[in-house]
Amino acid sequence: MKQFNFHEAKSVKEAVKFSSKNSAFLSGGQTLIPSMKLRLSSFSDIINIKNIKDLKGIKVSGKSVKIGAVAKHAEVASSKDVQKAIPALSSLAGGIGDMQVRNKGTLGGSIANNDPSACYPSACIALNAIIYTSNRKIEAKKFFKGMFETALKKDELVTAVEFSIPEKSSYVKIPNPASRYALVGVFLAKYKKDIICAVTGAQPVVYRSEEIEKALHNNFSPESLDDLNLVTEDMNADIHASADYRASLVVSAAQKAVAHCK
Amino acid sequence: MASMIGSKVERKEDKKFLTGKGRYTADINLHNQLHAVFIRSPHARAEIKSIDTLKAKKASGVVDVLVGKDMQDDKIGGLIAGWKIVSKDGTDMKCPAHPPLATDSVNYVGDHIGLVVAETLQEAKDAADLVKVDYRVLKAVASTAEAMNSDVIHDGIEKNLCFDWELGDKAKTDEAFSNADKVVEMDILNNRLVPNAMEPRASIGDYNSSSEELTLYTTSQNPHLSRLVMSAFNAVHPEHKFRVIAPDVGGGFGSKIYPYSEDVIIAWAAKKLQRPVKWVCERTESFLSDCHGRDHITKCSLALKKDGIVTGLKVDTIANLGGYASLFATVTPTYLYGPLVLGLYNIPTAYCNVKAVYTNTAPVDAYRGAGRPEATYLIERIMDKAAKELGMDRADFRKKNFIRQFPHQQCLVHNIDSGDYDAHFDKALNLADYTGFEKRKAESAAKGKLRGIGFSTYIEACGIAPSAAVMSLGAGVGLWESAEIRFNPTGNVSVFTGTHSHGQSHDTTFAQIVADKLGVLMENIELVHGDTDKGPFGMGTYGSRSLAVGGTAIAKACDKIIEKGKAVAAKMLEANVDEIEFKDGEFIVPNTNKKKTIGEIAFACYLPGTYGEIKSPLPEGMEPGLKETAFYDPVNFSFPAGSHICEVEVDPATGETKVDTYTCVDDFGNLINPMIVEGQIHGGLAQGIGQALYENAYYDETGQLVTASYMDYCMPRADNFPEFRIDYTCTPATSNPLGVKGCGEAGAIASPPAVMNAVVDAIGTEVTMPATAQKVWKALKEKSKSAKKAA
Repeated sequence: MKQFNFHEAKSVKEAVKFSSKNSAFLSGGQTLIPSMKLRLSSFSDIINIKNIKDLKGIKVSGKSVKIGAVAKHAEVASSKDVQKAIPALSSLAGGIGDMQVRNKGTLGGSIANNDPSACYPSACIALNAIIYTSNRKIEAKKFFKGMFETALKKDELVTAVEFSIPEKSSYVKIPNPASRYALVGVFLAKYKKDIICAVTGAQPVVYRSEEIEKALHNNFSPESLDDLNLVTEDMNADIHASADYRASLVVSAAQKAVAHCK
Repeated sequence: MASMIGSKVERKEDKKFLTGKGRYTADINLHNQLHAVFIRSPHARAEIKSIDTLKAKKASGVVDVLVGKDMQDDKIGGLIAGWKIVSKDGTDMKCPAHPPLATDSVNYVGDHIGLVVAETLQEAKDAADLVKVDYRVLKAVASTAEAMNSDVIHDGIEKNLCFDWELGDKAKTDEAFSNADKVVEMDILNNRLVPNAMEPRASIGDYNSSSEELTLYTTSQNPHLSRLVMSAFNAVHPEHKFRVIAPDVGGGFGSKIYPYSEDVIIAWAAKKLQRPVKWVCERTESFLSDCHGRDHITKCSLALKKDGIVTGLKVDTIANLGGYASLFATVTPTYLYGPLVLGLYNIPTAYCNVKAVYTNTAPVDAYRGAGRPEATYLIERIMDKAAKELGMDRADFRKKNFIRQFPHQQCLVHNIDSGDYDAHFDKALNLADYTGFEKRKAESAAKGKLRGIGFSTYIEACGIAPSAAVMSLGAGVGLWESAEIRFNPTGNVSVFTGTHSHGQSHDTTFAQIVADKLGVLMENIELVHGDTDKGPFGMGTYGSRSLAVGGTAIAKACDKIIEKGKAVAAKMLEANVDEIEFKDGEFIVPNTNKKKTIGEIAFACYLPGTYGEIKSPLPEGMEPGLKETAFYDPVNFSFPAGSHICEVEVDPATGETKVDTYTCVDDFGNLINPMIVEGQIHGGLAQGIGQALYENAYYDETGQLVTASYMDYCMPRADNFPEFRIDYTCTPATSNPLGVKGCGEAGAIASPPAVMNAVVDAIGTEVTMPATAQKVWKALKEKSKSAKKAA
């Protein structure tokens, strides 16, 4: 790890003020710290945001669940309110990394990093999330731009994420056996009129599988996906999963998601 | 006092390890210490045109940047291969020069270019970025299969061939095959593994210019041998002024048996710079530079009679040695492998050919089981295939070929002293409810899952090793072991062993032996190991040898203590020495009330005379003190054996394999501490199941290690395993007085074929290790494609 200046921000405003071309916001640090330790990245200034009060807390209303950016995965997983409102979201949070990661890693950190195999982006898409930042609101579908790329500006800070509450939902992750990140992850949300199937891990950035959504519109059952062969063109391929294997896993995960949708 | 042998005594070492009080090399910090970082090759194969260290040397905090030429100037020798293998044409194996810091060329990613030494680790790392190496990058040889047909890596070593070794009677075996009713052939791939000890390697060199003593703290399974090699071959420092300390070591699995380049370099750098130098390996550095394990490609075939009797075995293996021949690299795929390919079957003739090749990958050396897992994997896989092709039950087929008479001279090398293979196989079949398998298979099928069962009836050769035997086969050292029992005047005991504990619980097991032998309480016994300045020279820990060889040396030293104690007791009790009996820590004259405790005897030995109330004259001419040393050279290997049965459930949709049940019944001879044995089995199974389903060190065609971190190298986790069902049978070893056979490697040896036989049984088609979900899914897809074609 290379030398850097450390700033403790007391408010969102202060955090933004500290930021510069070569700074990074430190939340749970579950990606930032290892990459700095490995000298893959270095910054002149690290701005600690995890003690900012305004970024904490979970609020559930009749229609939505609003979660502060520095809410740890463990908090989301164990929140009775979230469990009741969107059980799939709490189970997603409870399946990220291991206990140590969940006790440190945060929602805001995860979506701002936008790792192609992170779990949370799929929830944001499927649950029509609104991402609140230090200066605006962004719809989830406009937030995730590409691999490790978001709509955030350099000095812009995620402050909260508001998820809409669907009728039913479910998240199924098929983990990479080594890292246990999502090899593929499918977040399925069923609304009165709409079905959203958001897929993470399979392509460079989270996306909606129209093929799956269409099949489920006709018949919301695992069997309706039995003969579905997804287009493999845009699928990620690596030593753990080729494109065709990933495509097949998306279908398997979607089938499980339908079966467990509640 | 109840016997301590066979008792589930809690581990003496638990308290410190479980409360974070272990003292590992990285925990040690010396006054005035410097920090070192290695410059490593990013290329698998390249010529070094020049190394520019000027900028780095001027960087803040940097004390020196050392390169290969500096070592050459100081006449530091290269690393050696310690076991000479002779090829079938009578020529010696061919080993390239292996300088600790490369001078002309690099031969794997991670190979050593230079050492940056600075006041802080941070400064050393910053300066390392400033070292400029000009490479001429060459085409890498990364494939085991293609190595012999690729560019020559090392000048003068044609076809990249280290040796072309054979074992067995080729003519007789060919004849068996021409007379066979059936021949079964199989291609076997044994995947490459990264040992992944929990504690990465580390070294601290410390030179005392006053006494001219050099001390090296290092993560070694074998500090005495490290010192010997570094003195005799690397010429770092004379042995009598060189101290190697291996403090608490967090796992080795073979990868810490031998001194590495880093040990030699750090010891030399500390002496050269006259300040302590510390290096701690990082995890990815460890992936790149620790010696790896396995990496065999094998063709084998079995000759059979119609009734299922095996009449011959042929094995043709290419073993990958990596970029250089590491210390035990050459014995692992030969004498630790070839003799074991027979398994525990009565096979009258066999022929084994091993070609060991160099490639531009990390060196491959001994890894938990070393040779024996490779042998067990091939014989157990082909036995399964043969049974299926003959239409015989796989359990019956195995039993038909078991060795049943002991001692049994195998057709290759080993003379197996004891065993009862039906006993452990029957027990395992019963425990695993083999007869209920079809019902469970139907239940799995109802859930859309594929269920399979796999067996592995194995044997291994442990208790390494009789010195005369191994030296006649090319070993550069004898493999005896030493022990010293030192009674202190107050009656407690220090036990010195030349073995080394890095997870094996020697502190407890060896204390149990001493407690049992001498009747001293466990808490009054302290095991001392891992320091060449304490205790006699020893040969370290590997090859499941510590108890069978080192434990026996301890037992022998105890016998000498008792013998001396009897003479002292006879004098003190005014009896004849022949009359004295020793039991439960007391020397007694039978049928009298005359007795002395061993503590009283020890006290007397240190106060040999009369002083006030102390009346302890020693027999005339006897030396005072109570301390005995023993060396033990085993008369034979020991032969643990057992039966493992695995049941898996495969999800055809994702290809994921779940190990549903795992049963093992092992015959390790006598057990000293069954709880510790159980722990060894658990660890071995985790590694073996890991090899079968998850772990793979994968180099791409340019020689880059793709799986160089836990993001891509899949280590198994606890949730990958079921609760293991463990039981034992016992036929004591006859080759050592404790009757023990060794248990450290069995789990890793037996389990890969048990798991893979189960997977193949479940999916009905071949797949190579590791049987990852992706591979199984693809194999099933191929199978259904070809079934459709056939229809």
